[in-house]
Amino acid sequence: MSFPGLIGKKRGMTQVFSEDGDAIPVTIVELLPLTVTQLKNEQNEGYSAIQVGYQDAKAKHLTQGQQGHLNKNSLPLLRRLKEFRLEESAAGALKAGDTIDPFAEDSILKAGEKITVTGCSIGKGTQGGTKRWGFSRGPMSHGSKSHRIPGSIGPGTTPGRVYKGKKMAGRMGNRKVTVKGLKIFRLLPEKNMALIQGAIPGVEGGFITLKK
Amino acid sequence: MVTDIIKDIEQEYLKSDIPELSPGDTVKVGVLIREGKKERVQNYEGVVIRIAGHGTSKTVTVRRVFQGVGVERIFLLHSPKVASIKVLRRGDVRQARLYYMRGRSGKAARIREKVGATLPTEPSKKKKGTQAQKPEAPAEPKVPSASTETPSEQPAEATNE
Repeated sequence: MSFPGLIGKKRGMTQVFSEDGDAIPVTIVELLPLTVTQLKNEQNEGYSAIQVGYQDAKAKHLTQGQQGHLNKNSLPLLRRLKEFRLEESAAGALKAGDTIDPFAEDSILKAGEKITVTGCSIGKGTQGGTKRWGFSRGPMSHGSKSHRIPGSIGPGTTPGRVYKGKKMAGRMGNRKVTVKGLKIFRLLPEKNMALIQGAIPGVEGGFITLKK
Repeated sequence: MVTDIIKDIEQEYLKSDIPELSPGDTVKVGVLIREGKKERVQNYEGVVIRIAGHGTSKTVTVRRVFQGVGVERIFLLHSPKVASIKVLRRGDVRQARLYYMRGRSGKAARIREKVGATLPTEPSKKKKGTQAQKPEAPAEPKVPSASTETPSEQPAEATNE
């Protein structure tokens, strides 16, 4: 059984050397074993999936609702819960309380293979159109005052309104970002770490999801 | 930010045999060059005018004047492509970044030798490194041929092995 996804934590970036001697930029990802917390099936939930949890937590970090959900199956308290779609037939003998080793033989993690990583991007607060959408700026001198202003936001009387979805200034970052096709550079099972080539969305210490 | 986790991961990739370098030092860098399937080491000699970075990304900028043209090369110190690095002379300088060397030529471009400075007694021994399976070892026998290109230097590299 190959579990379809994993949860990890971004631990920072560095630069290491490949066997050819090239310097490779890598992101260090911490991958602890997952605990199966709930099986969802067609009868009860209308779809089949497996919910897993990552990293032990203290009771003060969880709501009573979260604690109740975990206590129901007498599971340890877990920081992050996440579900992955998996057909019941594929789920096999998995049951609540089982652990999934990210470095197992049949894991989706294999050095040299490609992987899809999802994370929550770094929040940048309120930003103007130049930074947020890549608007070009106006002249900075020669009497110009239109340095970083957005300019016209649409026609006049017809249609007499601003189109929905118009790109403007506003909150930037802090949203779900998926990066596909990142190469797994190296696995370090004894340290529960993996080195993934390239950058991964989010802050250091942020939770990320890995999928095939 | 460099955390302990990052240091721990980098540790394995760091060379343990890099001599202490400081700006103003004259160094000889053995650069691994791959021509097709053959590997050889080419020496590059010059003055360290900058040391930057830390961990696996530590670099030195080495300047030399070659055929009247100033050349600066930046070496990733811990890269396997830098086969060896040897200090030939300690320079006495006051700045950390010797960019002023760029505007100088001839006698003005000299650097005073540091009085009482000690050179690392044992020049870099590559095989000692903690990192195994790095492709440095096979390049070793070809070193003497590389050092003949710069006959002004004694082929010290060959004796390193």
